[in-house]
Amino acid sequence: MIRVAGEEGALLEVTGLTKHFPVRQKGFRRLRGLVRAVDGIDLRIQERETLGLVGESGCGKTTAGRAVLRLVEPTAGRILFRSRRMAADGVAEARAVDVLSASRREMKMLRRDMQIIFQDPYSSLNPRMTVGSIVGEPLIVHRMGRALERADRVREVLAAVGLTPEHMRRYPHEFSGGQRQRIGIARALVLEPQLIVCDEPVSALDVSIQAQVLNLLEDLQREFGLTYLFIAHNLSVVKHISNRVAVMYLGRIVELASTERLFAEPKHPYTEALVSAVPVPEPDYMVERMILQGDVPSPVTPPSGCHFHPRCRYAVEVCRSEAPVYRDVGHDHFVACHRGDELSLQPIRDGDRSGGGGTAS
Amino acid sequence: MTSADVLLEVRDLEVHFAVPGVTVRAVDGVTYAIDSERTLGVVGESGCGKTVTALAIMGLIPSPPGRIVGGQILYHRDGGIVDLAQLPPRGQEMRAIRGNEIAMIFQEPMTSLNPVLTIGFQIMESITLHQRMTKREAKRQAVEMLRAVGIPLPEERVDEFPHQMSGGMRQRAMIAMALSCNPVLLIADEPTTALDVTIQAQVLELMNNLRRDFHAAIQFITHDLGVVAGMADDVAVMYLGRIVEAATVRDIFHSPKHPYTQGLMKSIPSLTRSKERLVPIEGIVPDPSDAPPGCGFEPRCPERMSICRTTPPPLVATAPGHDAACWLYQPDVHLVRRTLRGWK
Amino acid sequence: MSGLLRYAFQRLLLTIPMIFILLTVIFLIIRVMPGDPISMVYGARPVSEELKAEKRAEYGFDKPILVQYGVYISGVFRGDFGNSIRTSTPVLQELFLRFPATIELALFGLLVAAILGFTTGVLAATRADRPVDHGIRVFHIASFAIPVFWLGLMFQVIFAVKLKWLPVAGRLGGEMAFTFRPVTGLYVLDAILRLDGHALLDVLQHLALPALTLGIATTGLLGRMSRASMLETLDQDYVTTARAKGLGERVVVLRHALRNALIPIVTVFGLEFAVLMGGAVLTETVFSWPGIASYLIRSINARDYIAVQGSVVFIALFISVINLIVDLLYSLIDPRVRY
Ligand SMILES: Nc1ncnc2c1ncn2[C@@H]1O[C@H](COP(=O)(O)OP(=O)(O)OP(=O)(O)O)[C@@H](O)[C@H]1O
Ligand SMILES: Nc1ncnc2c1ncn2[C@@H]1O[C@H](COP(=O)(O)OP(=O)(O)OP(=O)(O)O)[C@@H](O)[C@H]1O
Ligand code: SF4
Ligand SMILES: [Mg+2]
Ligand SMILES: [Mg+2]
Repeated sequence: MIRVAGEEGALLEVTGLTKHFPVRQKGFRRLRGLVRAVDGIDLRIQERETLGLVGESGCGKTTAGRAVLRLVEPTAGRILFRSRRMAADGVAEARAVDVLSASRREMKMLRRDMQIIFQDPYSSLNPRMTVGSIVGEPLIVHRMGRALERADRVREVLAAVGLTPEHMRRYPHEFSGGQRQRIGIARALVLEPQLIVCDEPVSALDVSIQAQVLNLLEDLQREFGLTYLFIAHNLSVVKHISNRVAVMYLGRIVELASTERLFAEPKHPYTEALVSAVPVPEPDYMVERMILQGDVPSPVTPPSGCHFHPRCRYAVEVCRSEAPVYRDVGHDHFVACHRGDELSLQPIRDGDRSGGGGTAS
Repeated sequence: MTSADVLLEVRDLEVHFAVPGVTVRAVDGVTYAIDSERTLGVVGESGCGKTVTALAIMGLIPSPPGRIVGGQILYHRDGGIVDLAQLPPRGQEMRAIRGNEIAMIFQEPMTSLNPVLTIGFQIMESITLHQRMTKREAKRQAVEMLRAVGIPLPEERVDEFPHQMSGGMRQRAMIAMALSCNPVLLIADEPTTALDVTIQAQVLELMNNLRRDFHAAIQFITHDLGVVAGMADDVAVMYLGRIVEAATVRDIFHSPKHPYTQGLMKSIPSLTRSKERLVPIEGIVPDPSDAPPGCGFEPRCPERMSICRTTPPPLVATAPGHDAACWLYQPDVHLVRRTLRGWK
Repeated sequence: MSGLLRYAFQRLLLTIPMIFILLTVIFLIIRVMPGDPISMVYGARPVSEELKAEKRAEYGFDKPILVQYGVYISGVFRGDFGNSIRTSTPVLQELFLRFPATIELALFGLLVAAILGFTTGVLAATRADRPVDHGIRVFHIASFAIPVFWLGLMFQVIFAVKLKWLPVAGRLGGEMAFTFRPVTGLYVLDAILRLDGHALLDVLQHLALPALTLGIATTGLLGRMSRASMLETLDQDYVTTARAKGLGERVVVLRHALRNALIPIVTVFGLEFAVLMGGAVLTETVFSWPGIASYLIRSINARDYIAVQGSVVFIALFISVINLIVDLLYSLIDPRVRY
């Protein structure tokens, strides 16, 4: 295993992460092109923070999340992970583990530290396994504890996610969507991971259930010192749960900043449009909507230069020809836009001042 | 709401589905009204009966297993009032209304268009069915409709197949199809739920513009409170097969009456306000085949009283034009409750 | 269109390795079957062992198996399928002679199956869970379960022997067999080409029972498929959309559902063809139909290695060509498929 010095403090450091899928014509081996699902992204996640990852359907959020865990093999890039457990396992000077060059055995050790929660609470749980065995399975895979200890651990985790020990012997179909998502969270938690990739964990849930799961995730984070990469397309949810937010468009991160900065001072025209497109539950919320024209282009044939230029109202000549550099424009605010420094874009209007929106009387 | 220009009145509608072993009371006494040229937003969680209510109006309840077992759907048209619930769903009269005077668009733009027929054909089919028009005229009209919904190069796209269009374009085509006969009522069942936010914004803007030009009333079904706030004049909140609250959009958002509506407002994260901890509604939505005997929200309600467990509350006016179905707003129950509190 | 041609060409190229593997397997299987062709040819006749040995040498059966295999394969790739042991005629010539008979039977059998299976399947789906549906489903299962040869024999007994409406067997009756002059070998087509109404009637009468037997035997699977596919299609959102326009149920089914329901059926249709050929073997035997399948049966019985190998390859090729045609048909039905 290669151990390298990562930047101080960061739990996860991703550089130039790329995943291209080949597109093949039906029936033949002939290569038609590449889906540039993830096209060179840089991320740093601090211990115990939540980094939100937003973007429209097909922009590569899921692929990025899975590539970080090496659940899909990245085409290129580097992922450094600071494993508490592996550091404790003897290599004291080790500061960060290079995930992509880890061997099969080392990868298995890393899996304990990095877990994932899936979007669909229905298909992600094996319908023929009891809740107890679903949650306990990772313990068996990693040969942790004896049967009794494992059962104890499962009970403990189920309690932590708000389920009871009686639930252990039941099957997933006996549970509602929200409860199933709790089971999925319990399964991710059982190995005491450091990082959890949450891939749209509340998108499939009813509005009144979403809040339960979001609160649960927040509580668990505080209790167990978890770090989240939180993927979602719902901006309100991401804004609520994240410390920092990264906005993706066509396989690239176009903007990344602390949640407050991103919504108060967006620097990328796409972020501005995305934020202004969100329907706000406030009948008197009046804001000039920036309605983007056209559709999201295909990641097989992304536009030249800045991927966003065909839909961008601020595009200038250089946007068509040159890809903007992803850079820090101050205050750890990263943006990939040629005009990132000069534009002053419309922030989200503060609802507190507009009076009582959505508050129950 | 003045009753003078009421377009559609649904009264105590009940739709049941007979699935092996149980009867699912999908719609369990729904009452509401839509005025002409206004937009009624219908909100509610998955499975609360929004789609089934809409299908009942269209006469499209899959039967078996479904059946309208009670109530009326009064459609006010020039010639008088028709009870759509009484019309044979496949009869001549219903078919003349369906798709012509009352049109509907669906949630999934990817699957709601027939993949083997061109967009143009599917629009023309509607036109020639309900209007005296030659094929050529119908095609010209189809092109015009596509232009109206903002599809670029409509002359060319009219001959394309659905798979050649993106989700947003398909939903525009669906809207074109629904509006092609100038309906007085358009039922839109979550028309933007499957779309991306930026595309959703396009389609919502389009619908807002078209509403003005076409003078249609819209029943806009969604589970997104944000979409309702931006689109609707009036809102009906559904829970477990019933309307629990109905009022103007401002009243619903600024002074929600029903504990469920109130809980909903507190449980959604806000984009515009600073972060605060969410207050979720505890518990889960009961299965409609196993609904509580009293108020459907009783098991989750922070305000529940003993009467809530036994008797479903009627939908009554709590203020002019603001209805709620909750025992809290029954004057005499208030007394009972106060007395009970006093004892504690 | 050039994409279509290229696709067809590539598909045909792919059949070459398939044929090769098939040949190898058949070659081996047939040689482990008990009995040898030379003894079979002479049957019970007293023939000296020397003569048999001489015959064996003539066909190369005395050589090691690998050599025999090499000789045979190289022949096949030169287009020489060898001479039948039983009849001494070139296998290929025999196959070409009998091929049209099989095609004719298969096509008409398929026609019967398609019409019967598709209509009953669609009817059952539109009347799901009502008495009509139950009746049709019983019919489908029955047609699937009844052995082909039994069905054929029953038809013969009832319609030919008892009622005397139709001939018992063969492709042509009495004097017609001597006077009719085929062109393509597809007798129905030939009778039409020769503008011979009398012959056409005779040909159709002979074709009726075998085609019906084969067709009905294949109906069950196709019917069940059609029903399932139609049921699924009727459940699709675009069917609801069509109904929401105010279209009548008949238009909804015929215009909106039918073509979509066809798409998965067509796939199975191609695969089904292999099953149909299996049925054809039995049908041809029962009705003394002079096709490839009955030739194959007789060759197997005679352990006529050379003829068996040739017939199997021929049938396999035929099936893959049919499957190719079916695949190409796709792009006609489904605009999403483009080659
Ligand atoms: N296994 C795969 N093979 C080929 N292409 C793929 C594969 N997985 C994803 N893609 C493509 O990569 C792109 C990014 O997909 P991804 O699932 O990461 O998007 P996403 O942002 O998670 O979208 P969503 O919001 O819809 O979940 C898409 O265009 C998708 O079609
Ligand atoms: N064909 C059917 N057979 C049996 N039950 C049905 C059928 N259609 C709907 N239901 C039941 O009726 C209830 C109401 O369904 P409906 O589709 O109206 O919900 P909805 O409010 O539109 O939800 P969603 O937001 O998920 O679309 C559900 O519990 C559902 O299970
Ligand atoms: S780089 Fe140019 S095109 Fe891209 S977002 Fe910035 S201004 Fe718009
Ligand atoms: Mg995803
Ligand atoms: Mg619905």
